[in-house]
Amino acid sequence: MNAILALENGKVFRGKSFGASGQRFGEVVFNTSMTGYQEILTDPSYKGQIVTMTYPLIGNYGVNKEDVESRKIFLEGFVVKEYSKIASSWRSEKPLGDYLKENNIIGIEGIDTRQLTLEIREAGAMKAVLSTLDTDEKALIEKVRQSSGLVGIDLVKDVSIDKKYIWSSPKNKFKVVVLDCGVKYNTLRELIKRHCQVIVVPAVTSSEEILKLKPDGLMLSNGPGDPAAVSYVIETTRKLIGKLPIFGICLGQQMLGLAFGGKTYKLKFGHHGVNHPVKDLKTGKVYITVQNHGFCVDIDSLNKKEIEVTHINLNDQTLEGIRHKKLPIFSVQFHPEAGAGPHDAEYLFDEFIKLMKK
Amino acid sequence: MDAITKIIAKERPDALLPTLGGQTALNAAVNLDKQGVLKKYKVETIGANIKAIKKGEDRRLFKEAMKKIGLDLPQSDKAYNLEDAVEVAKRIGFPVIIRPSFTLGGTGGSVAYNLEDFMSLAKRGLEASMISEILIEESVTGWKEFELEVMRDLKDNVVIICSIENFDPMGIHTGDSITVAPVQTLTDREYQKMRDAAIACIREIGVETGGSNIQFALNPENGRMVIIEMNPRVSRSSALASKATGFPIAKIAAKLAVGYTLDEIPNDITKETPACFEPAIDYCVVKIPRFTFEKFASADSSLTVSMKSVGEAMAIGRTFKEALQKGLRSLEIKKLGLESMLFNSPLDIKIENGTMEIILQKLRVPNAERIFYVGDAFRAGIDIEKIHELTKIDRWFLYNIKEIIECEKEICRSKENFNTETLKKAKEFGFSDRQLAKIIGKKEDEIYSLRKKYNIDPAFKLVDTCAAEFQAFTPYYYSSYDK
Repeated sequence: MNAILALENGKVFRGKSFGASGQRFGEVVFNTSMTGYQEILTDPSYKGQIVTMTYPLIGNYGVNKEDVESRKIFLEGFVVKEYSKIASSWRSEKPLGDYLKENNIIGIEGIDTRQLTLEIREAGAMKAVLSTLDTDEKALIEKVRQSSGLVGIDLVKDVSIDKKYIWSSPKNKFKVVVLDCGVKYNTLRELIKRHCQVIVVPAVTSSEEILKLKPDGLMLSNGPGDPAAVSYVIETTRKLIGKLPIFGICLGQQMLGLAFGGKTYKLKFGHHGVNHPVKDLKTGKVYITVQNHGFCVDIDSLNKKEIEVTHINLNDQTLEGIRHKKLPIFSVQFHPEAGAGPHDAEYLFDEFIKLMKK
Repeated sequence: MDAITKIIAKERPDALLPTLGGQTALNAAVNLDKQGVLKKYKVETIGANIKAIKKGEDRRLFKEAMKKIGLDLPQSDKAYNLEDAVEVAKRIGFPVIIRPSFTLGGTGGSVAYNLEDFMSLAKRGLEASMISEILIEESVTGWKEFELEVMRDLKDNVVIICSIENFDPMGIHTGDSITVAPVQTLTDREYQKMRDAAIACIREIGVETGGSNIQFALNPENGRMVIIEMNPRVSRSSALASKATGFPIAKIAAKLAVGYTLDEIPNDITKETPACFEPAIDYCVVKIPRFTFEKFASADSSLTVSMKSVGEAMAIGRTFKEALQKGLRSLEIKKLGLESMLFNSPLDIKIENGTMEIILQKLRVPNAERIFYVGDAFRAGIDIEKIHELTKIDRWFLYNIKEIIECEKEICRSKENFNTETLKKAKEFGFSDRQLAKIIGKKEDEIYSLRKKYNIDPAFKLVDTCAAEFQAFTPYYYSSYDK
């Protein structure tokens, strides 16, 4: 079946469908990771986005039950150069195409993904549509231009859970509440590994309800879209500052930054990959980090008397980590939980444990 | 040794960097240390010190070091009599390799696939050993083989420059294997496990700065990963990794050796981002060894753990299929791509008496032309499972080769009606104009004209270390039919 990807800037890419049929709008972004497509597909932070992989050969090892980062696929569409019809791995349970179909996600292959990436690099992350139904280019481009985009839209409500759930470790030494704005399972797995009982609560949970659970610490999770649109979580965060040790990841850092009175802004095409060098300013060490964000906290908007900058991205000098100077609160823009990507920054979970011990 | 000693005596260097001159340089450094030359002239070793070199090179020290950091190795144990030997072999599981210790005339190892063979081989091994000792080792022949190119600086920053998957499984020397970058058939979980192991390995061995090449084997049935070896130096694979990624390993290794750290060195190609990162590639690289068995008529042309190739060709494409065919015709062995060894035309597959036997034999015993016989196996209708069983080549690679062969058939069938779609697909699958002309019995010029008529031209894409994420100032290019 033919499929088509039309961009806001008027560019059109034609290819073949290898997933579900239909028509979906989203912001098109590229990810430079060479492995981990299943983790990327199930990362709730991609809600609202059509993802293209810069690595051309995708689907090689199929999909399995273990490598999921959430309960389903949240992204809007998947764009690759060559979809592998064979899934070769002792862990593979089904081919990627079947998985997309089951999740009703459109996949398109046969695209010059390098050219698409260049379009995104030049014009920025753009609104786009992926369709197997309509192939009238002009009409599609017009529809794309009228679609809503990501800025100012609360996507967290679309990915957060309705009811709380609990993951327990064999030895529950700490109780951690995770405010689920689209949390990846690997964050929970890292906490479990460190003997935490993890209580995952919906993003709309109030500060009072959270405190009632008597946690030792709070995690502000990653999640999709514009942080400024998630005012209710920012409000909850503000009320909990000073009451609990807090660790924020990605959207968690952005909401923390906003709660501290800082500002966020949209990056041109964001950071989506597993090879970003981040410097820990305290030790001078560089970590290869996993990144997936389109928004960022403005480094100059932070009150430096209160907040210390702890991590910087060496590619573009953007803010990667902050810490409160007095309170047990810190956050990072990258993903120490990895999934997919390197484990270099796992030490941050140990730091969170240390804060809860105090 | 004398010459190097004289040079050192004359030049009086402060330091010796032994990791950029291959195995010879490492051996020379160890010998200079042994003979006291380094001490006498107060020469410090940089990059990797003598202790690290020994730890990386000495099998026993390496094994101990890897055990210490919790990495899995092929199992092995010693035995001094047949009874113990049988017990060890049963514990490890067949097949096993039997290596007699201290033999006169250096009797090599042998492989036993079952208890019966083992009994006689172990007995012979014990007799051959002057101290009646044999080492019984788990055989990882046929497992998937991987390599990681790792760099480390004095601040202990470690990055993986390139991951490589061998098309040919364990049992064939990497230098004689077709290899592919990046890794194709590992999930992120398995890849990260390997990455963690490589980083732990370079730290434990103690290579302070520069590149190392670390090899792993993976059981394709259950994913068990064992570390095979590490080269504490810039190697043949580093040269491949440099060209494959655009990351100049030798140059950066030299800078790291004198104390720069990865975050202080800019990425040559992007200029604005640092060398402290892991290259993201958006193409497929295939390296194919070049043999010259025709010049050595009496040589055994089967491929084993000792390297026999004399060179190699590397090709880049947007797909494995494209890169493989480009690489094959770059070997200068009069092959235009994945051509047949046995058949004249894809539509005229004559299976004569003995044809199947030849193919099966050529698949079973690794040899210089095996890749072409894999193609012929598909032409002769043998399926992926059978070829995998005989070669242990991963099914993903085999499927891609099958696609090339099916495309060839399609080209042949559409002879009279060679349309845009078929031609475009053929070009994307790496068929050259001349190769296509030969398949359909036309002239190269005619295919070229047809291509022009249909507007099918190659695009020239960049090797830029970053998959187009950043602007490239000094990239290099490869051609690909993808636009």
